[in-house]
Amino acid sequence: MGKKLLLEHDNVPGIQGYDVYRQMGGYASVEKALKTMNPNAVVEEVKKSGLRGRGGAGFPTGMKWSFLAKPDGVPRHLVCNADESEPGTFKDRYLMSRIPHLLVEGMITSSFALGANTSYIYIRGEYYYIVRILEKAIAEAYAHGWLGKNILGTGYNLDLYVQVGGGAYICGEETALLESLEGKRGNPRIKPPFPAVKGLWERPTVVNNVETIAAVVPIVNNGGDAYAAIGVGKSTGTKLISASGHLNKPGVYEIELGLPVEEFIYSEEYCGGIRNGRELKAVVAGGSSVPILPKHLILNTAAGEPRLMSYESLADGGFVTGTMMGSGGFIAMDDTTSIVKNLYTFTRFYHHESCGQCSPCREGTAWMEKVLHKILDGHGTLADVDLLWDLQKNIEGKTICPLGEAAAWPVAAAIRHFRTEFEEFVKNPTRIKDVKHYYRLNNLPEPVM
Amino acid sequence: MPKVTIDGRTIEVPEGTTILQAARMVGPEVAPPAMCYYTKLNTSGGYCRTCIVKVAQGSEKDPRPMPKPVPSCRTMVMDGMVVENETSPEIVEARKGVVEFLLANHPLDCPVCDQAGECHLQDLSYEHGSAKSRYEFDRRTFDKIDIGPYVQLHMTRCIMCYRCVKVAEQITDGRVHGVINRGDHAEISTYVEQAIDNDFSGNVIDVCPVGALTDKTFRFKSRVWFTKPVDAHRDCTTCSGKVVLWYQGEEVLRVTGRKDQWGEVEEFICNECRFEKKKTSDWTIEGVRTIDRHSVISQGKYARDLEIPAHTKKKLIK
Ligand SMILES: Cc1cc2nc3c(=O)[nH]c(=O)nc-3n(C[C@H](O)[C@H](O)[C@H](O)COP(=O)(O)O)c2cc1C
Ligand code: SF4
Ligand code: SF4
Ligand code: FES
Repeated sequence: MGKKLLLEHDNVPGIQGYDVYRQMGGYASVEKALKTMNPNAVVEEVKKSGLRGRGGAGFPTGMKWSFLAKPDGVPRHLVCNADESEPGTFKDRYLMSRIPHLLVEGMITSSFALGANTSYIYIRGEYYYIVRILEKAIAEAYAHGWLGKNILGTGYNLDLYVQVGGGAYICGEETALLESLEGKRGNPRIKPPFPAVKGLWERPTVVNNVETIAAVVPIVNNGGDAYAAIGVGKSTGTKLISASGHLNKPGVYEIELGLPVEEFIYSEEYCGGIRNGRELKAVVAGGSSVPILPKHLILNTAAGEPRLMSYESLADGGFVTGTMMGSGGFIAMDDTTSIVKNLYTFTRFYHHESCGQCSPCREGTAWMEKVLHKILDGHGTLADVDLLWDLQKNIEGKTICPLGEAAAWPVAAAIRHFRTEFEEFVKNPTRIKDVKHYYRLNNLPEPVM
Repeated sequence: MPKVTIDGRTIEVPEGTTILQAARMVGPEVAPPAMCYYTKLNTSGGYCRTCIVKVAQGSEKDPRPMPKPVPSCRTMVMDGMVVENETSPEIVEARKGVVEFLLANHPLDCPVCDQAGECHLQDLSYEHGSAKSRYEFDRRTFDKIDIGPYVQLHMTRCIMCYRCVKVAEQITDGRVHGVINRGDHAEISTYVEQAIDNDFSGNVIDVCPVGALTDKTFRFKSRVWFTKPVDAHRDCTTCSGKVVLWYQGEEVLRVTGRKDQWGEVEEFICNECRFEKKKTSDWTIEGVRTIDRHSVISQGKYARDLEIPAHTKKKLIK
């Protein structure tokens, strides 16, 4: 069994409530940090732990914290990013709804480390039921003296608020999130300045993912070194993976980083193999925006090494033969999956979610969707496949925020690895119109719909 | 003062200068096109991405190149920075892509558009675009909206440069103008069609790079290249009163701010000067205005003796 740090007490009945959480050792990290450590020492432990941001970019958290500007007399803020809207990612929802106090505890310890006295959890609107769970947990924490004035008699004050978003993927981008939190339209800001210098209300701000903040709890409790001892290389600790798609046991798994992908997919401890005993066709390993990989490249790197669930191993081969860890949204597809249809679904999402500020993303996401729609309708041409390639290339790297890239990468990877399938679609227009054509085309049994 | 090299030409500029400003100091040959940046509007720029350049060397201290093209209007120069604009084939190619995106949903109704002849999108596509679009789907359309008695918004032509939003934010009070919806459905709006009613609102017309915001007192009266620009001023208690009058014969068809070499107004003018003073007797005439831009307005017109450069001569239709 892999080591569990976040979901260790997941199955303890009543863990959602304060009493059981406390009995299981909850809030120890707050006691330890506030009573025996100074804020810098907490930052040092996080640095030592090697923890990397779990929101998608994988930036080292300790380093991010140490960049926080500390001008005199200006308040600082910690904001938790609970906007979780990337297709294929649902780990934060799981964590917050089952063990809400872990996030509250992490927020207190992390706020203390950063010298923040007012902190926020920004949560997507669709998670309204979790808002109630979090607010209950926060009320319990206030009632037991973990929040409010003079916490544990140390003189440290902290107020924690939950802010509900309106349900826009773009508000997960940290600067759009801050705009939205300020009550404005959620448009990403042009950087610099970075939030660490000018964030919420132009004050120095750290934005971290739910899982990142939760991971601070075991780091403070057991020490950064103990955390760093888990995992491989620069991928330390454990990671929550949201496994979905054609797996026998989809769900949220806490894995030690460095677990072989093959073991994750096929072992009984984790996903238990592909449903109905079918063949694996492709995997999107880190949420909808990371490049899709065909079976042979997700199980092994181009050099033939077993691919591991770690930041480095997943990225091995760059975008030509590799992918990214992203937010850990692991979508497995079996051989009945149409890559073209899947890509259309992703592209439609990005079109719908683009904020529309910068021309390449605003126009490009809409255009790509239309081209894919045309191909799916059986009206595509080979030139359309090349056009798609050009469009993604013209978006990538030319936008204000990474949503443009998030929209471009899946298109690039699908064409790179599955070009023949696109060609098959445009060469057989009459058969395409038949919904089941795809299966017949590839001599596959038709799936039960 | 930091030194920066743009397309092989080095210039020393004050601290805090953007690459775009530095390039403009060097001259129009190296200045990237800018559709959303506007010197007099804070936080403008960064949206359209036409001004992207390649930073081949970050600075003297840290010579690493920047990994992606950067918007020159929002990127500060560093000492020893080396920038490639027209000299970088990647940038020329990437800019072509941006222009294609900007035109994808543009109606190309130039023949009936008041802005034609002084439209930055026309110039941009002529200089940096392709002759043919690969976009084959229905274009986005919107109904025309009157925003107040003087200004009409024709969103179908808008390129979402946000300049008018910044004008509304920064130089008019009681802001009722902004962006609603998102992605390619995003639109400039005064929300429930509220009238913009405010002394400086007419400036949205001057900052709009395309024909999305037009002057209702001028609509369809003439093509701009048939009108004659004249510098004039009056004593105005609200603004500087320095304007350009656009004549056809003896009649003043429209009044605008004075635009510089980059198409940006030198000073914002008030609505009274713009919309209500349309008689020569309202103004002190200074003289014919030189149109500096390579615009059709200046073609064979009043301001200067035409000296046709050799390379243009070759292209002229005989
Ligand atoms: C379009 C877009 C959506 C994003 N959505 C989320 C999100 O839902 N949750 C999240 O934690 N990070 C999201 N991010 C990443 C954040 O911008 C930011 O990097 C992250 O919250 C930093 O936290 P971390 O360092 O703990 O990973 C998103 C980024 C982009 C560009
Ligand atoms: S990349 Fe897309 S989502 Fe991001 S700022 Fe630009 S238009 Fe908005
Ligand atoms: S209406 Fe004109 S100024 Fe306003 S955003 Fe559109 S193009 Fe820019
Ligand atoms: S002018 Fe720089 S991005 Fe528009």
